[in-house]
Amino acid sequence: MDKAAKILKKPFTMTLIAIFFGFLVAGIILAAAGYPTFHSLSVLLQGVFSGPKHISNVIIKSTPLILTGIGVAFAFQTGLFNIGAEGQFIMGCVAATTVGIVCDFPPVIQIPLVLAAGVLAGAVFGGMVGFLKAKFGIHEVLTSIMFNWIALYFSNFISDLKRFHKPDTMGTYAINKSGYTMILGSWKTTKEGKEVLVNNEFLRDTLLKTDVNAGILAAVVLAILVSFLLYKTTKGFELRAVGANRFAAESTGIDVNKNILHAMIISGGICGLAAAFYITGNSPHGIATLAAFENTGFNALGVCLIAASSPIGCIFAGLLFGGLLYGGQSLQYEVGAPSEIINIVIGVVVFFVALTHIIPPLVDRFSKGGKNHAK
Amino acid sequence: MAGESSEYAVQMHGITKRFGSFCALQDMNLNVKKGSIHSLLGENGAGKSTLMNILYGLYQADEGEIFINGEKVDIKNPNVAIEHGIGMVHQHFMLVDDFTVTQNIVLGNEITSHMGIVDAKKARKKILDIVEKYGLEVDPDAKVSDISVGMQQRVEILKALYRGAELLILDEPTAVLTPQEIDDLISIMNNLAKDGKAIIIITHKLKEIKASSDICTIIRRGRYIDTLLVKGVTENELATLMVGHEVKLVVDKTPANAGEVVFEIKDLIVKNDRKLDAVKGLSLQVRKGEIVGIAGIDGNGQRELVEAINALTPVASGHITINGKPLENTSPRQVIDSGVSTIPEDRQKRGLVLDFSVNENCVLEQYRRTPFSKKGILLKKEMEEFTKELIQEYDVRPEDCGSRRAGSLSGGNQQKVIIGREIAMDPDILIAVQPTRGLDVGAIETVHRTLIRERDKGKAVLLISFELDEVMNVSDTIAVIYDGKIQDTFKQGTVDENTIGLLMAGGKNHG
Repeated sequence: MDKAAKILKKPFTMTLIAIFFGFLVAGIILAAAGYPTFHSLSVLLQGVFSGPKHISNVIIKSTPLILTGIGVAFAFQTGLFNIGAEGQFIMGCVAATTVGIVCDFPPVIQIPLVLAAGVLAGAVFGGMVGFLKAKFGIHEVLTSIMFNWIALYFSNFISDLKRFHKPDTMGTYAINKSGYTMILGSWKTTKEGKEVLVNNEFLRDTLLKTDVNAGILAAVVLAILVSFLLYKTTKGFELRAVGANRFAAESTGIDVNKNILHAMIISGGICGLAAAFYITGNSPHGIATLAAFENTGFNALGVCLIAASSPIGCIFAGLLFGGLLYGGQSLQYEVGAPSEIINIVIGVVVFFVALTHIIPPLVDRFSKGGKNHAK
Repeated sequence: MAGESSEYAVQMHGITKRFGSFCALQDMNLNVKKGSIHSLLGENGAGKSTLMNILYGLYQADEGEIFINGEKVDIKNPNVAIEHGIGMVHQHFMLVDDFTVTQNIVLGNEITSHMGIVDAKKARKKILDIVEKYGLEVDPDAKVSDISVGMQQRVEILKALYRGAELLILDEPTAVLTPQEIDDLISIMNNLAKDGKAIIIITHKLKEIKASSDICTIIRRGRYIDTLLVKGVTENELATLMVGHEVKLVVDKTPANAGEVVFEIKDLIVKNDRKLDAVKGLSLQVRKGEIVGIAGIDGNGQRELVEAINALTPVASGHITINGKPLENTSPRQVIDSGVSTIPEDRQKRGLVLDFSVNENCVLEQYRRTPFSKKGILLKKEMEEFTKELIQEYDVRPEDCGSRRAGSLSGGNQQKVIIGREIAMDPDILIAVQPTRGLDVGAIETVHRTLIRERDKGKAVLLISFELDEVMNVSDTIAVIYDGKIQDTFKQGTVDENTIGLLMAGGKNHG
């Protein structure tokens, strides 16, 4: 009993329970709406796991979620709720696109340049939120929600500028090819490359049919780096102290306002990096005129919640999220179920993850109840 | 063991309460006679409050029986307790600030006409009857936010009596009162007892037990130790029974060997959150090798004073200097680096990051210094070693708590971590604000000895406390603060408690 209780109290187990309930509720809703539950769920799983192509697509879909999720998690660890990830992501896209279109250097310069532009834009945009909080005490949630809208309309403004707008489309030109970050992107379109790939089923599926990009590698490296920064450095110590108890941090000589500003700059910068990899790694390699938010940043909040704000956890939570979003498409065209069902699954999972805090007391109650009966 | 009898207001037999695997109470007994004042004495975490919460229906006992007036009862919740005539005055008052005294008393138990309209007149009359009967002086029409803490406590007592309480539980009733207010409270308690009401006070202050109670039940680590007639025992005997070994109640110390002035405050003015002057031209000196104690009631500018010293709040005018170096309006880090260490009043808010490990908390000020970090990288091993030494030196329990959350430690052990950490900074002046708040006798003794040891090492110590006994016992120089100013200072031994108590309450010193 004690052992079972211990296992049940582990965050990982609790997350799995939450995911299970997410699917359970989705199944009930599917059944209630008249769709075959088990068939639908197996279609969903097949849509994710049935081949290298699908897995590769899930990774592509997940990459920006993981990176942005790490950005949000970083802010969370320092006590800030960065709901502005959406806006910072959009600004990162705008900066990466404009710089990627205007400049055309060889890849060794172009790629870092475009990525840096994205990071800088996100950092500035996040930093402004941090500045307003540090200087005037305005809550970051308020400012960043408004900043999200500023980002959305600024992005549309850029996208409609003559210099960037691609005629007869809904968006901008693609950035120059020298800025692309797809893995072996140029090689695989050459004749030799194609020959090699066509003869190898796995490589053909992953490299030719999909555009795997370097973003996922960056995400893994970044998750490790951010963990290192937070837990192994004096800067991370300060940031976490401010996040966990700003009063104690202040009393023991840590500059609270400076750290709030730094936290938002770093968090925004990571969201900007996510955006830059999104632009350089995914077609159409540019920004489109948006009617509404694309939700990368908002979904990242969900990723971060599922991951319990752990940067490493964001990798897995992001993959789950991306998998559901991608698998949801096959649910739509094979079963005819509305893809919104996926949003329900995600919503329920996040809901139950938030609820997992009630599991430990429940476990205690049940194990105590058992003891009482034994007497 | 006494049999069930209606001579007793309450009898609790064989009470056992477990929280998970932790046994908070085991086979605990309590018999309170009608018309008596009964104190429940025990260290922090001994189980006093748990026992009272069971009596008041906030917790359910796992085993044991409760009898009221000789009849077995099952107290499922506080409403049942109130029905049985049990009233509880919590340590933290539960009053609505914006309501008048009358409104607070009747709240939830309003006298209404048949139309359901509150009959304030009738309620007021009923309250005034009780007030008169027991000498519970209150102004029924004053707003709670405008009355003193002592009066708020009387309102809480009235609330219980208004609901027909025959048994009153007072949880640490004197913690917030001045000596004069404590005397008033004791006389009210005597009036109530004379009328046949039973009173249980939860406390760990021995002096008050002697002053107020007839009978005392001692509880140690959840177990019943003894029930004694208070008249027949000394404070020392009570303390020994409570702690389980002998303790020294009066601090042993040699006369101070004070040197030159290290720390000086001159004409300090500090505003509070509402932009009103809270510290109003305060001046103070602390010498090397001397403990200066500031006695005063909470809310007379102590908090603003400490915040100003630590540069957490701006100084409107005046100077704070250490070794001649100005500190006012610098930064908290600069203050620390200049040799000022503070044991803060609110250890959970200002002292510790509860979600951090004890290791991390121990280096909260020193993480940037060698040997705890190198080029911005934390050196975990050095942190752990430092913590280990600190844990050993200050007897923090459990011994292996280094990697545990600081929030998982008990209050006393949290305080030990803070004290150890601040002293390890090797400051020129150690500022201790309420350093023994919520600690039990054993832990208090340790804290006081530590302060004196630092003094003997030639450090300056500034002690700010709302416990008059503490200031009188530990300090070499006693300063009294009232309304943001030091009213007077005395050498230890040249002044009695009443004089200080009067000054603390704003009276003039005619001595």
